[in-house]
Amino acid sequence: MKFRSDVVLLEPMRLLLWAFFFTFVFFVINIGPDWMSSFPEALIFPVAEKVGSGLNWFARDAKIAGVPMQEITRSVASFFDLIIDATVVVLSKGIFTGRGLNVSQLVPPLSWMSIGGCLAIVSYRFGGRNLIVITSIAVLFLVLFGLWQNAMVTLASVLVSVLLAMAIGLALGIWSFKSQNVENVTRGVMNVMQTVPIFSYLVPTLLLFGYGPSAALVATVIYALPPMVHNTVLALKSVPTETTECGVMIGCRPRQLLWQVQLPVALGRLAVGMNQTIMMTLNMVIIASMIGAGGLGFNVLQALRKLDIGSGLEAGMGIVALAIILDRISQAAAQRAANGKHLEPGQRPLWQLLVVWLIFSSVIAFIFTPMQTWPDAWEISTASFWNAAVTWVNMNLFDILEGARNFALLEIMRPFNRFLQSAPWSLVVASVVALAFYLGGFKLAVYCALLMFFILLTGYWAPAMASVYLITISVLMAVMIGYPIGFWLSSQPQLKDTANFILDTMQTLPTLVYLLPAVMLFRIGDVSAVIAVILYALAPAVRYAMVGMSQVSPALLEAAQISGCTRWQTLKWIRFPAALPTLLIGVNQTIMMAFSMLIIAALVGTKDLGQEVLIALNRSLVGEGLVAGFCVACLALISDGLLKAAASKAEVSTIRKMNS
Amino acid sequence: MSKNSIENERPVISCLNVWKVFGANATDFEKEKLDNLNENTLTAKKWTAAVCDVSFDIGRGEVFVIMGLSGSGKSTMVRCMSRLIEPTSGDVNIEGENLLSVSDEKLIEIRRQKMGMVFQHFALLPNRDVLGNVAFPLQVQGISRKEREVRASEMISLVGLEGRENFFPAELSGGQQQRVGIARSLASNPSIWFLDEPFSALDPLIRSDLQDELLRLQAQLNKTIVFITHDLDEAIKIADRIAIMDQGRIVQIGTPEDLIMRPANEYVARFTKGVPKSKVVKVSTIMKPVAGNHAKTSSFLNINDRVADVADILTKTQEAIGVRNDGGDIVGVVDRETFIRILAGADIK
Ligand SMILES: Nc1ncnc2c1ncn2[C@@H]1O[C@H](COP(=O)(O)OP(=O)(O)O)[C@@H](O)[C@H]1O
Ligand SMILES: [Mg+2]
Repeated sequence: MKFRSDVVLLEPMRLLLWAFFFTFVFFVINIGPDWMSSFPEALIFPVAEKVGSGLNWFARDAKIAGVPMQEITRSVASFFDLIIDATVVVLSKGIFTGRGLNVSQLVPPLSWMSIGGCLAIVSYRFGGRNLIVITSIAVLFLVLFGLWQNAMVTLASVLVSVLLAMAIGLALGIWSFKSQNVENVTRGVMNVMQTVPIFSYLVPTLLLFGYGPSAALVATVIYALPPMVHNTVLALKSVPTETTECGVMIGCRPRQLLWQVQLPVALGRLAVGMNQTIMMTLNMVIIASMIGAGGLGFNVLQALRKLDIGSGLEAGMGIVALAIILDRISQAAAQRAANGKHLEPGQRPLWQLLVVWLIFSSVIAFIFTPMQTWPDAWEISTASFWNAAVTWVNMNLFDILEGARNFALLEIMRPFNRFLQSAPWSLVVASVVALAFYLGGFKLAVYCALLMFFILLTGYWAPAMASVYLITISVLMAVMIGYPIGFWLSSQPQLKDTANFILDTMQTLPTLVYLLPAVMLFRIGDVSAVIAVILYALAPAVRYAMVGMSQVSPALLEAAQISGCTRWQTLKWIRFPAALPTLLIGVNQTIMMAFSMLIIAALVGTKDLGQEVLIALNRSLVGEGLVAGFCVACLALISDGLLKAAASKAEVSTIRKMNS
Repeated sequence: MSKNSIENERPVISCLNVWKVFGANATDFEKEKLDNLNENTLTAKKWTAAVCDVSFDIGRGEVFVIMGLSGSGKSTMVRCMSRLIEPTSGDVNIEGENLLSVSDEKLIEIRRQKMGMVFQHFALLPNRDVLGNVAFPLQVQGISRKEREVRASEMISLVGLEGRENFFPAELSGGQQQRVGIARSLASNPSIWFLDEPFSALDPLIRSDLQDELLRLQAQLNKTIVFITHDLDEAIKIADRIAIMDQGRIVQIGTPEDLIMRPANEYVARFTKGVPKSKVVKVSTIMKPVAGNHAKTSSFLNINDRVADVADILTKTQEAIGVRNDGGDIVGVVDRETFIRILAGADIK
């Protein structure tokens, strides 16, 4: 086996293109006309206004069979409200009679003891001792910190959203599996949906469904739908051909084949989709509370607005506790259903246990009220501790923090931002197009050009460049911190499980939670936003670095050892080229995470596309919100296209190198 | 067990000029086939001819083995016989009925009642236990729980898995899983049994066990079997007739002895070269016929005995050996020299 670096052969065509490109750069910078550096106002098309008025018309004036659209959607909304209310009554509020001051509780909701006990029983049955410990800790946390009631409100809306998203996602997934055309459509739509920031959904949803839990439900379901659809299709495709053939030979009708053969066999993979749907739903909890979902999300939001770091942190941890319970139990349940398991001798059916427990615990709770509602006096709170800590930090470390903040802001961030803002648009477009052409050919170049012109023509170029600046800095930092950690972890097999657990947890935390410590230390502004984005995007960076480094085939490593490579040579010639495609995909994933966080970071006062979306949301500007959201999607799609092309190019060259 | 019935009954499965060309639609293909179908047209149209012009009849109770290297089109062929894959052209008749023209409903009916299939990788449902898997074909037909579980239990004991009814596939070894696959394919008591490389994924010792098991079951149940394999030893062990496939075409159909003694071409000859002749050659092939029902010999063999199975007769006699037919009449003699030559693997003169 020989190792040599590829000789870059510049074909005349490519040479010519580069020459053209550099002439163009020179031309624009030195003698180019004005319109090449700042995009002419006259060309900007008021898309946002048009979209806005279109949607308004659709909601207010469009009629289906004589009934205005809004009336239809509002009645759908009240139906959803009914379902959510019913769940809330059972889990959190109970039934009341009387009005005003004479309210008295007729029937209490299920007590924390009942629900917590049921969760524990289910955990034990599905996941054994480990799971019951985790569940109990999470339940006790919610109870002791006085978060139970709000947690149950959140749980109610989460449950309804998850069930709805799963049902719709499953149906769409099955339909896509059965028809290639449908799959092409859903895949396209889902790809865009995943890149359009959540906030953009919120405004049209508000318009159609009105402020309240059902609007939050709709937005959440839309947000959580793509992974379910995607994974359903994947899961059904992963069913071995032989298994399907076996079903057909047995004489299954199409429906029997789907429900009794394919779906059960696909359950393991389907569970991945369900799990992601649950996680996305929980991710959405805080944002949903902006348009009327109550519960823990609302607590966090309120705390953030009042800069009450302590309570915000606690309520945020409450969401994490819920997420952990739902995540672990649903995974364990899916695992069990996929592989099948019998009752052990002496085990009773689960439903019998639950019914017995519900009756027993309700009686106890009725007699001994702390089991029903944990008394305020017994609650513990660490909020004051955190707030004191923040005060202490701000008093004693102010100079250091402020120094760091100013340095970052003045020496790195602002100059970079200024550079991007003042870069002539034509030059940026040309560079990106040239890069796209180099990496992925003509098609990709056209695709990127179109996406950039969308941003230009809608008039969002300046905030888009601000987003690019924030994303670039955050992603660079996340990769610079995350990749070395990942490389190191990949050489420490004994740490693998711990690392995976921490990474899982980090990805479970709701996005807003990352803002809190940043704001605690660095107040409102770009620095906090960047830090939050870095923290959020760190987990995928570390994970992909770990995966990439462990991907090299052992045979190849042995071959390198035999041909006498030093450690460094092995790293440079074997490990790194083999890992490069994965590493590039990792960067891509990091960027995607950064984009989704960026919008939320707008809450701490950035001046980019995210802020535009947020402003639109606050002022109910439907069109602006959507179009700015689409601009974010455009940026995400461009970087996605470029990096995927780069990854496949790297893969090809790696393969070529290995073959030589 | 079968030879006689083949002649006096119409075939259970009859394939006539079956083609399966992946990527081609039937009308296009018919047009090309009539003119000139060759390598060039296939490549030009990006067609893959997996099964080319295959015809054969299989009689009731026959064990018909299709053998060929990987990619020769065996799986595609057996799937054409149950319409899991729609043939591009040709006819498939099952018990006199044209399988390719029946309605969907009828097709489901035929598969439920007449066909059972065993798969290379078992294709068990991981979420059902052994009982649930074996009872599944009956459940699909809407048979009541009690009835189907009784029947499934019978099948489970038939394949020697009693006591494991409540195990899940993940808790069984490969050999046991394939036993479940076999039990399931027999649950609705089909007359036709397809097995696509059923033992290829198993260890050699277990494979041998299951081959014996298959022969035992066949002696008991007398199904019409289409058995796919790439292993010539396996084919010889269980086949009544073997069809050798190469690149979609059948190059020879015959009894194991036919293939080894009279290979149709170089390809088959190369295939069968390594097989000890004594294991397939029957006494009838090497005997010298005698007339008049007498021979001056003291020891006798049956005309259908295979040479290797009766080798120890050489230790009992020093002279030529007589051969009797099933009726007990003496029909020939074998001299010791020929007998030994075959045992040593030499050709017949
Ligand atoms: N669905 C398909 N589409 C295209 N070609 C196929 C398909 N299935 C099988 N083939 C091709 O048909 C040929 C025969 O395959 P197969 O019947 O599986 O062979 P075997 O079972 O003998 O190994 C192979 O060349 C294979 O690549
Ligand atoms: Mg095959």
